[in-house]
Order: sequence, then structure tokens, then C-alpha cells
Amino acid sequence: MEFKGIKQIAEALRAKDLSVQELHDFYQAKIEKHADNLNCLINKTSELAQKQIQQAQDLIDTGSGNPLTGIPLVHKDLFCTKDIKTTCGSRMLENFVAPYDATVVDNLNQAGMVTLAKANMDEFAMGSSNENSYFGAVKNPWDLTRVPGGSSGGSATCVAAGLVPVATGSDTGGSIRQPAALCGITGIKPTYGRNSRYGMVAFASSLDQAGVFAKSAEDCALVLSQMCSFDAKDSTSAQVDKEDFNQNLNQSIKGVKIGVIPEWMGTLPENIRRQTQQSIDTLKNMGAQLVEIKLPTAHLAVSAYYVIAPAECSSNLSRFDGIRYGRQCDNPKDLNDLYVRSRTEGFGEEVKRRIMVGTWALSAGFYDAYYRKAQKIRRLISEDFASAFAQVDVIAAPVSPEVAFEFNAKKDPVSMYQADIYTIPSSLAGLPCMSIPIGLVDKLPVGLQLIGNNLQEAKILNVAHQFQQETDFHHLVAEGFAHE
Amino acid sequence: MSNQNTTQWETVIGLEIHTQLKTKSKLFAGTNTAYGGEPNTQVSLLEAAMPGTLPVFNEKVLRYAIRFGLAVGAKVIAKESTFDRKNYFYPDSPKAYQITQLNHPIVEHGELVIQDDKGNDKTIRINRAHIEEDAGKSIHDKYTQYSAIDLNRCGTPLIEIVSEPDLSSAKEAVRYMRGIHTIVTHLGICDGNLQEGSFRCDANVSIRPVGQKELGTRTELKNINSFRFVEKAINIEIKRQIKLLESGGTVTQETRLYDADKNETRPMRSKEEANDYRYFPDPDLLPVVIDQAYIDNEKQFIPEFPAQKIIRYTQDLKLKPDDATTIAHDKELSEYFDAAVKQLGKAKPKVAANMILGEFSALLNANDAKVEDNNISPEQFAELLEALAAGTISHKIAKVVMEKIWGTDSTAAQIIDKEGLAQVSDTGELETIVKEIIKNNPSQFEAYKGGDMKMFNYFVGQVMKQTRGRANPAQVKTLLEEL
Repeated sequence: MEFKGIKQIAEALRAKDLSVQELHDFYQAKIEKHADNLNCLINKTSELAQKQIQQAQDLIDTGSGNPLTGIPLVHKDLFCTKDIKTTCGSRMLENFVAPYDATVVDNLNQAGMVTLAKANMDEFAMGSSNENSYFGAVKNPWDLTRVPGGSSGGSATCVAAGLVPVATGSDTGGSIRQPAALCGITGIKPTYGRNSRYGMVAFASSLDQAGVFAKSAEDCALVLSQMCSFDAKDSTSAQVDKEDFNQNLNQSIKGVKIGVIPEWMGTLPENIRRQTQQSIDTLKNMGAQLVEIKLPTAHLAVSAYYVIAPAECSSNLSRFDGIRYGRQCDNPKDLNDLYVRSRTEGFGEEVKRRIMVGTWALSAGFYDAYYRKAQKIRRLISEDFASAFAQVDVIAAPVSPEVAFEFNAKKDPVSMYQADIYTIPSSLAGLPCMSIPIGLVDKLPVGLQLIGNNLQEAKILNVAHQFQQETDFHHLVAEGFAHE
Repeated sequence: MSNQNTTQWETVIGLEIHTQLKTKSKLFAGTNTAYGGEPNTQVSLLEAAMPGTLPVFNEKVLRYAIRFGLAVGAKVIAKESTFDRKNYFYPDSPKAYQITQLNHPIVEHGELVIQDDKGNDKTIRINRAHIEEDAGKSIHDKYTQYSAIDLNRCGTPLIEIVSEPDLSSAKEAVRYMRGIHTIVTHLGICDGNLQEGSFRCDANVSIRPVGQKELGTRTELKNINSFRFVEKAINIEIKRQIKLLESGGTVTQETRLYDADKNETRPMRSKEEANDYRYFPDPDLLPVVIDQAYIDNEKQFIPEFPAQKIIRYTQDLKLKPDDATTIAHDKELSEYFDAAVKQLGKAKPKVAANMILGEFSALLNANDAKVEDNNISPEQFAELLEALAAGTISHKIAKVVMEKIWGTDSTAAQIIDKEGLAQVSDTGELETIVKEIIKNNPSQFEAYKGGDMKMFNYFVGQVMKQTRGRANPAQVKTLLEEL
């Protein structure tokens, strides 16, 4: 069986060439074969899957399905799933069972998708290598000695290894785009507020945004169209109508103004720069008009981000106190001992580091110097983007200054943080952005980032899809993982 | 050293009043706010701080807060107010932060006029009133080994009303607190129940030598939930501070608890005295943006307040100042009074006030009932007053009729008719009765004729007895004088 994309699968299902059960069994077999080795899953959801297979088949049989009905997927394990464990990759929530579904999960359930598993991730979405999971590091299908990127590393690996056609992820400072790039797949983070955050366990509330991984921009667009909705349960949810992101995919990109940032290109290692430039040239050859732009404040983004995100995380993660749910230490002496030991045992090193940094940044006497200043930078970066988008339709930029690196290669957290340099600015500005595969460097995938203006997902998806009509990079599969 | 003991001290007090808003649902979730439910039965996923849950602002709270701002003449009702997180660990606050308004509160710079201890008007400045959520309750005395947590109250909306340190005595503080209580209850935004904790206050108390400009070190007395205790707690704390300073000590800035049983204040047990709450804007909530029209729309909900009512009652309705004050300050009673007065024709509002504060209140007390129970509707009450004004019944009979109306749908006229309580004003009938009494009491009549005026009252009494109080006293008097 070879599946080109969701559309083709959907057609096969509708034509009865394939049953939902058969489709499921195909992917299930791949999961059986590879998932343990890649360590990309935390919990399998077989019971739920069986129920959903039946529901999906019924929908298809009665002709009331949509292109997503029956399509299998995995959810990053920070989306709450009713009666199923949601661990956030943490010992703290090792046995936590949410009593409700996240809105994003609910939307995709409504569409008839079939949930196969919960994907591994960096603990509480903090990390760029997926080495921070309590459930162990995830391996990159392109090289099992290397990281898949993070924090949605499990999701990215699942799609890259062909274990599912679709995976959900979340992106706070690059957690969809970077693993998508490092695993050679397509991943999109929509505009902040497009997806409801209700039921997505919070890391940094002002930045967290759900998104999707798939092989192609077209598949991403199909899933995103069902996933996004205004949600009254999330006060920061964007009050916009549901949008069909597939509508403009086939438009020509002739004359589309694409901004490039010479300053950023200049900081890339030569081999990645060359690959990135080639993809930009491809866009130019397809008729896009390249415009050089500047984002004067963007170089401060990493510093600002690593104040704001930890600050919010220090507050968001305070609820994990060992009292109502989550890890509770044995025989606490008193309340303070209960707090200290439960949290010490429950949280991993990186989470603790960020809680400490955030707590410090918000402390009396430091607030103005750090948090307030960081917010100021954030505003300036938004303004930079606003002026850029007065000139261009889409920005094309690098995703990561490196390809997938080996496990334990980065001992210094700051060097890990600095690799987020290209993904963080658009996160701070809340803009829609995605990564598309643009080929291999040293046999490892490289991605190109497309950034759109506020609520202009359709534009970046259009450029991405057109690029993928012209190129085959998104069909590349790591050796040993191709569908037979 | 000797002049130390002759130092004249002056007291400086500021109050923070926590007012629970009378909304059906909580500040950021649809959960029921009713008081007194079984522990932990009014808790949503949000209040339990389930991962992934998010707050959604209850707009009713905004409207209530605006009404308070309008009622205290606030210079600022913010067109854009924001929510902040106040971070601290405690089991009755499951999120480990309280959502409050630190930097951009909804209401700023209001004022309330009270009477100072000399009886002069004094304006107390209100610094701000901000919206925040209440915490749950920790119960430490239920189990020996554990503390219990009840999250029913968690997330209940509050406005915290913060005064400037303009209060100079415990009595002033109580007057201010009562003034705020009157406002929030008359606005109908708070049930005002101090016992249930709907209205409670923290008092910041400091002293300084008279004439000194800078403030002394203050202590904060936490969670006082009765007017009486506020006065006692502040007075005991002032005494403590004076004693401390006069013996050469210094006041420590700290949070203290008032123990009503021992009538003392003592430091609260807390290791983290200098708590750093790490406030920052809550990223889960957008700024609350409103326009002037939105604020103006709330003006229709601002009722007439006691001070205005007193003026209307004394000037327009000619009530005695004391009666006017008593009725005006009781929201339910004044609403009842106003409703009854509206129905009056011949009867005077003054009589209505007398009756409400006299017979009617007595009847309520005797039945352990409230005005709003409506055992006698304002309409029934007005009809009764009209019968009295028309002379159909006497004041004394009016009380009897009132008791008979209690809890029924009957009108005064129906009761008077049914029970034969109409005043006997028929001269012929009265004359017959009077003559008969004179006939039966010849010696007393002789004495009366002889000028013994005590006997006059005796005969009036006899007539009343005979007619079961229904005789028109004025007519009896005339008849006796004529005879």
C-alpha cells in the first residue's frame, strides 16, 4: 500500500477500496514494528481507536463523512483526552487521566479521525530535542543516534516514520517547526488564538498554540481546517469564522511577494544556507517576487522569550502541588514537605530550571528589569513584523541553524536555547508559521520556514503547497520507513 | 523620658473590604456560587485547577463593579482593565495563584462621606475597587491528622474595596464599613451577610504622635467579619501599639489575627512573612475593554441611597428625622414603605412610617418574619391605612385588623366587615350605649356631674369596653359633655 496523502486515502475509503479497519491495521502494524524502537509513543489508545473506527466507518457508509473521517492520528501527550492518560511527558502526570477532551481533540474526533496513541514529547513541552521526556528520548527516523527535535518530537517522528499520516503538536517557541524540519516533514503552527488552548496543558499561555504535522501542506491544511475553531472556553481564542485552508492551495504564486531576511541567512552554517537559498530560488523561479526585509529587533527574541516563557511556566506549573492529582511524595511531614518533595520528584531538570528562571524573573525588584523589558521587546518584534508585512505577503526564513544533532550533544542549556533563534520571533508575534522540507544536508533533512501575517494561514499554505507541487522533498522518507 | 508618657497619639486606619458579589455563577466559570452547599460539590474543573482549563470572565461581575464605582462617584471607571496573577502556594487555592487586578483595576478614586466622632461630615477617599476571586476554605479542626479543603467558595467573585488611610478611629472605621455595606446591599450586588463571609474586612492600623506627618508602621488585621469585631479589634490593636511604643518598643509590620474570644490580636502563623507574590498580567485573559456607553448603561441600576432617601422622607413626606433614617437605611423596609406610600390617598406617609416602625415591626418580630416575606403586601397595608384615615377604624383596631390580614389575601375592608370591627360613629347607637352606662353607674355619674374629671375617663373606658374598642373616641367625648 502506498498513500500519497489524506485526500487519496479518503477517496479509497469512500470508494470502498479500503475499510477504516484495514487502514487502521496498516498503520497499527507499522506502529507495532517501529514505535518501541523510536520511543515516539507514550500510551496507545487501542480501545478508543476501535470505537472510533466503527463510528468513522458508519459515517462513511452513510455518506456523511468528510476527508478526515477514518484517518488515523496521534495526539501530542499534552492534549487532554477523556478517560485516557495525559502525561505531558512528565513523571508528575505519569498516571494523570483527564476527565475531559481538549477542544482540539474534540474537533478532530467530531471529524471522525481515529486516535491511535499519545505521542512522546519533551516534558511539559520544554525542550528542543525531546531528550527531556520522563519516558525517554525519541529517536529521529533519519538517524537513530540523533534527536528528532522538540518539543513535539514524538509527533514529528511518528509522521516521518510513516506510523500515522497526521499528528497534532504544539508550538510555543518552535516546537512544531523545528522537529518538522529535523524530521523532514511539514508542520504548521497557526496564528495564536486560531486553535483553542482549552484542554492543552499550558506551558506558556501567551505563546502556546496547537498545530499539526503531516507529510504535505495539503494534508496540514485539511486537518487544520477541522482543528481550528473559535472556542468560548478560551478567552484568547480568535473570534473568526471557520476557514477552509484548502481553498487557495492551488493558486499560482506568481507575483507573490516573499520577504527574505539577509541578516538571518548570513548567520546560517554554509551547507544549510546553500540548501535554504536553493529553496528560495525555487520560489523565485516559480514566479514569486523576492523582497529583502529587516527585522531589527528580532535578535533580542531569544532573550525575551526565555524570560516570558519561563515566567508564565513558573505560574502555570504551580498547580502541580501533589494534592489533587499528579505525583504525591510518600509520607509528607507537613504541607511544605509535600510541596517540595512532590515537585522535586515529579519534575525533570529542564522544567525545574525554567520554573526557577521564571520565578526569579517575576520576583520583586527584578520584574522591571526582566519581564517588563521582555514584553517591550515582544511588542517591538511585533511591530517589526507589521512593517515587514506592509511590504511582503509571506516571509521565507530558516527554521534551525542545524540539522538533527546527536543525543547528549548539547550539555549547555543556553546553546540549546540559542538554536531557537529563527522560530521564536514569529512565536512572540503570534503569527502563523510553518516548516516545509527542502532536502537533505549530510543525509539529514532541512526545513524552510514560511511566516504569514496575522490569520493568513491560507497564504503560507498556498506557497508551501505550490512549492510541493514543484518539488519532491516532502516525499523523501528515511531508509527503512518507506511504506511497502 | 518623662514626656514619652504624655505623647498624644493619633490613629490612622485604612480598610480593605472584601465584598462577595451576588452573582449566580463564579468569576471565571459557570459554577454555582450558593453558600452552604456540601463541601466540594460546587467545584468545576477550573476551580480544581485541572490541567488545560482556562478562565472565562463572568461579565455580570464587571457590571456590578461598575455600579459600585458609579455609586461612590469614582473618578475612574477603567475603559480598559486587566487581570493579574498573584502567585502563592496554598491548598485552598488550587491554581496556586489568585486572579486579581493589580495594575489596572476597574474602579479608582471614589469617596464616601461619613460622620466623624464629633458628628461632622468627613470624606473618606476610596483608592480603588478591584475584581478578584475568592479562595476556598481550609478547615483545620475537623480531623486531627489532616486539614480539610472545601473548594465551594473558590472562584467566587469579589470586589476588594480599598480605602485611603483616612479613618481616625475605630468608630469611624465602623461607620465607613457600614456605609459601604449600605451601598453594596442597596445596589443589590452583595447580600451583605457578614456571618457567611460575604462582607469582610482587613484593617490597616497605625499610630503616630499628633502633629507628625509621616505614618507609623502599620499592622494588618485580617478577615474581620462583624462590625462589632472591627471596632474591638482596632481598639485593642491601637492600645497594643501605644503600649509598645511608650515602652520604647517598635511596631513590626505584620499581619495579625483578631481573636474575639480572647479579645486580642496576635501575629498570624506564617513563615513567609515577606511573601513575594510575583504578580504579572494573566496571559489567559484579555484586557476588559468597554466604552462610555457601557458604563452609562449601568446608571439605570443605581438606586436611591439612604442619604437621598432621608432627604425625600423628611422634606417631601414630612417624616420625623429618626424614622426617616431608620427606614432609609433598611433596604427592604424602605422599599416596602415606598411601595405602600405610593398607594396612599387620604392617609399620611407619616402614619405609615409610625405603623411600619411600630405595630408592623412588632408583628414581624413576633412571627420571626422578614419584610420581604410579604405576609402583608404593601397594598394590603395601604388599604389598612386608608381605613384608619377614613375613620372606619381606630388606631387600636388597626392593629387587630393587621394581625388578621397577616398571611392572608384579605383586604382590610373584608376583615373589618367580617369581624364587625368598624368604628361605631352612629350618634344614635352611641347615645343609647352611653345612656345605659350612666343608668347602671349612677354614683359615678353624680361624681362626674360634680366635676370629678377622673370619672370622665371612666365613662369613656366603659363605652370602649362595651363596644370592644370600636367607639369613635371623639364622639364619645362629645356625647358625655352634652349629657
